[in-house]
Amino acid sequence: MPEPLIYDLSAPGRVGVTLPDSDVPAAELPKGLVREDLPMPELSEMEVVRHFVRLSQYNHGVDIGFYPLGSCTMKYNPKINEDAARMPGFALTHPLQDPDTAQGNLALMYALQEWLKEIGGFASVSLQPAAGAHGELTGILIIRAYHRDRGDEQRTKILVPDSAHGTNPATTTMSGMEVVEIPSDERGNIDLSELQKLCGDDIAGLMLTNPNTLGLFEEHVKEVVDLIHGCGGLIYGDGANMNALLGIVRPGDLGFDVLHYNLHKTFSTPHGGGGPGSGPVGVSEKLVDFLPGPIVDILDEGDDEEPPIYGLVKPKKTIGRVKAFLGHFGMHVRAYTYMRMQGKHGLRAVSDHAVLNANYLRVKLNDTYHVPFDRINMHEFVIQGEFKDAPDVHALDISKRLMDFGIHPPTNYFPLIVPEALMIEPTETETKETLDEFIEVMKKIAREAREDPEILHTAPHETPFGRLDEVQAARQLVLCCMPADFQEKVES
Amino acid sequence: MAYIPHTDKDRQEMLAEIGVAGFDELYQDVPEDVRFPDLDLPESVSEMEVMEQLQALSEANLELGHASCFLGAGAYYHYVPSVVDHILRRNEFYTAYTPYQPEISQGTLQAIFEYQSLMCQLTGMDVSNASHYDGATALAEAVILALNTHRGKRSKVILSPAIHPQYRQVVRTYTQGMDLEIAGDEKCDNGPEDLIALLDDNTTLIAVQYPDFFGHIDDYTELGKAAEDVGALFCVVANPLALGLLKPPGEFGADVVVGEGQPLGIPLSYGGPYLGIFTTSDKYVRKMAGRLVGETVDTRGQRGYVLTLTPREQHIRREKATSNICTNQGLMALASVVYLSTMGKAGLRKVAELCYNKAHYAAEKIGQIDGFKVWNFKPFFHEFVISCPRPVAEINDELLDIDIIGGYDLGQDYPDMKDHMLVAVTEMVSVDEIDDFVAALEEVANA
Repeated sequence: MPEPLIYDLSAPGRVGVTLPDSDVPAAELPKGLVREDLPMPELSEMEVVRHFVRLSQYNHGVDIGFYPLGSCTMKYNPKINEDAARMPGFALTHPLQDPDTAQGNLALMYALQEWLKEIGGFASVSLQPAAGAHGELTGILIIRAYHRDRGDEQRTKILVPDSAHGTNPATTTMSGMEVVEIPSDERGNIDLSELQKLCGDDIAGLMLTNPNTLGLFEEHVKEVVDLIHGCGGLIYGDGANMNALLGIVRPGDLGFDVLHYNLHKTFSTPHGGGGPGSGPVGVSEKLVDFLPGPIVDILDEGDDEEPPIYGLVKPKKTIGRVKAFLGHFGMHVRAYTYMRMQGKHGLRAVSDHAVLNANYLRVKLNDTYHVPFDRINMHEFVIQGEFKDAPDVHALDISKRLMDFGIHPPTNYFPLIVPEALMIEPTETETKETLDEFIEVMKKIAREAREDPEILHTAPHETPFGRLDEVQAARQLVLCCMPADFQEKVES
Repeated sequence: MAYIPHTDKDRQEMLAEIGVAGFDELYQDVPEDVRFPDLDLPESVSEMEVMEQLQALSEANLELGHASCFLGAGAYYHYVPSVVDHILRRNEFYTAYTPYQPEISQGTLQAIFEYQSLMCQLTGMDVSNASHYDGATALAEAVILALNTHRGKRSKVILSPAIHPQYRQVVRTYTQGMDLEIAGDEKCDNGPEDLIALLDDNTTLIAVQYPDFFGHIDDYTELGKAAEDVGALFCVVANPLALGLLKPPGEFGADVVVGEGQPLGIPLSYGGPYLGIFTTSDKYVRKMAGRLVGETVDTRGQRGYVLTLTPREQHIRREKATSNICTNQGLMALASVVYLSTMGKAGLRKVAELCYNKAHYAAEKIGQIDGFKVWNFKPFFHEFVISCPRPVAEINDELLDIDIIGGYDLGQDYPDMKDHMLVAVTEMVSVDEIDDFVAALEEVANA
């Protein structure tokens, strides 16, 4: 039974909260500027609670079951993070209050900047970007600004591998530069000979996801970096897959010039049903002045008795702000809490176990499913959701059938270069028992594909909703609802 | 380790299955000379210890619960009913990701559909997306929508100087590679008539704020008509809480209404995460960026929701996408829906009126102090400008001594407005706190 819409639960005169009476005289309202209708729902508090609790029960989340959604790093989100971000001393501070009265916030942000610099091997970090894609835009604008500052205005092309996330080419277009796609070779690396042909003085840079979206560490990463640097371009690193690299290698040491981190992937801040994320950007020495500002710095080192004084500074040649205020501070607190608890060795262990879990799944599944690049992978890998002897079965069917076993499907149909792709990222927080169960389910589904494909085509069966009609949604657009009495008024 | 469940036995068995002797062998593809850096990071601490450290850090701040706050300027201190956070703490909501698999994401999807609906009703527009990062980036996306609508043939954007200065900066950052002319905000006193004079057939979008950065409430009907006459899109940056009282921008012909959703149940949290509201009229639905949820049915005939019109988005359109955005502020959008559902029709109106009345009370009292003058000459909502007898920074320092957070120093952004303070008054301050603030200003003036 679907849950009624909020307006369907509304009855005139109900209230969900009591508010204090005014303790000042009423002022005259501005003539002609006051609205006539305020079509908001009217519910008691309990009805509000029941409505949203019932809705929540239609969701699958990490706290409910396995969520091996490739490239999204759906790791467990420690509860302590949530308590930390809600401490009144953090949650009840205003972004524009005098920095002298927000030294705790600034100290936390400074430490986070420093740790991210150290983990990525960069000279400076800005915490301002709100999400991974926002970090990408920031990074690409920095690259553009760098070349223009040097009078290199003809550098307008950004190279993007064909395995890249869609955000990479979309970002490039937003920055006003041009996308040039580079193919992958048969081992899943960037095709070096193709790359060589494209290098020239019109190249602004290359966007590289490493490990790439196949979960493979780019085997020729140094050659790629050297080729790009050799022609005067810069390397942009998409940090979506940093969960594989903590304490393993620093992108800055590989020669990357810019990188965005995803605090909501690598550093355990919750995904929130699609956001808010947080996408800090790290840069090498030559790009420090171009970062979006403000960033946090130490204004006065302090001494044995006095703590340092932190303040906000604007980088000299900044590309400008990418959002209002200072970034997703609530996410900064959560990531800080996580990193501080993990510490240096814990972070290395995160990557080790993320890579361990992914490789374990790959070797246990590669006799049942085709693994197009069957070599040691990093934190994720890609299989093909198709069988020669069951031609009607697709990755989508396998995905939907997984839901019947309480498992969120892997990312499907991505990367685009693998047909019927299922991209699996187990993360380090899952037990061997969970992985073994997943392996069994995947094998069972493979058997069903041959013996009873219909059960896959019609899946899911055990979920509160069956497959949704996406074609109808797009053809007959219904994008909002309104209260019934308001609807009548609008129509008349 | 609490978040890594492997036993030694698990590790040995798994490494053996993979066919490697130890973890280090998993990284043969990583260049050896830079493999396994010795990171200069602190050692791990326990949950108990980290909480002690966080407690100390948070207590080094002045929290608004221990002060009287008259600071707004785009981020406002409002009461958040307890129920909002109880719902946000439902792990089914916060540990889920983008609802790509609608069969097991109807909670998120229906909540977004309800969010879209409430935003449409509040702004008086036809369509709302699932949200952008914040009010500033929503405005930048409105500019991009306009450019796409005119297929890049128009290159002038008119921004009112009374749009939040940081929002205008973000528009400039976003569009720095697009070769645009941005006009209108050169002088702080450019009003709607001055902006209308700038409209021409090269103008792709004209944007104003409502109430504006200085608190003014303007009727923008004339401006809307003038924009329509030259075929430019008319964008209003609105405060959604003020729309509990004020005429919705849809009524004066807005093509796009964006705004910062933070006042709707989202804690200040030192600037984020917040909520970028983005609504438009029907005709722009295929050009707008961001996620959209639409109604449909499932195989069992049940009403349900899915992400729709996805061909606009980056994962399909790649370099031809309308924007690179691939998330929304899901949990913050949920906060605003729970807030609006709890406040309801009466509660939202009451909060807006409390803000309005208290701000007018404060303005009247401050206007009576020698040396201070209320600068606003038009109706205002819950924020107003005062000219001060001394630099605002000095006044604010003295106010802090008695735990009052004074208003925003406008001289930072508007050179002509040196010694002008933007004062915000919400339902969170009592009449006594306003009187104390007034008394403190009086003392400052006489110092």
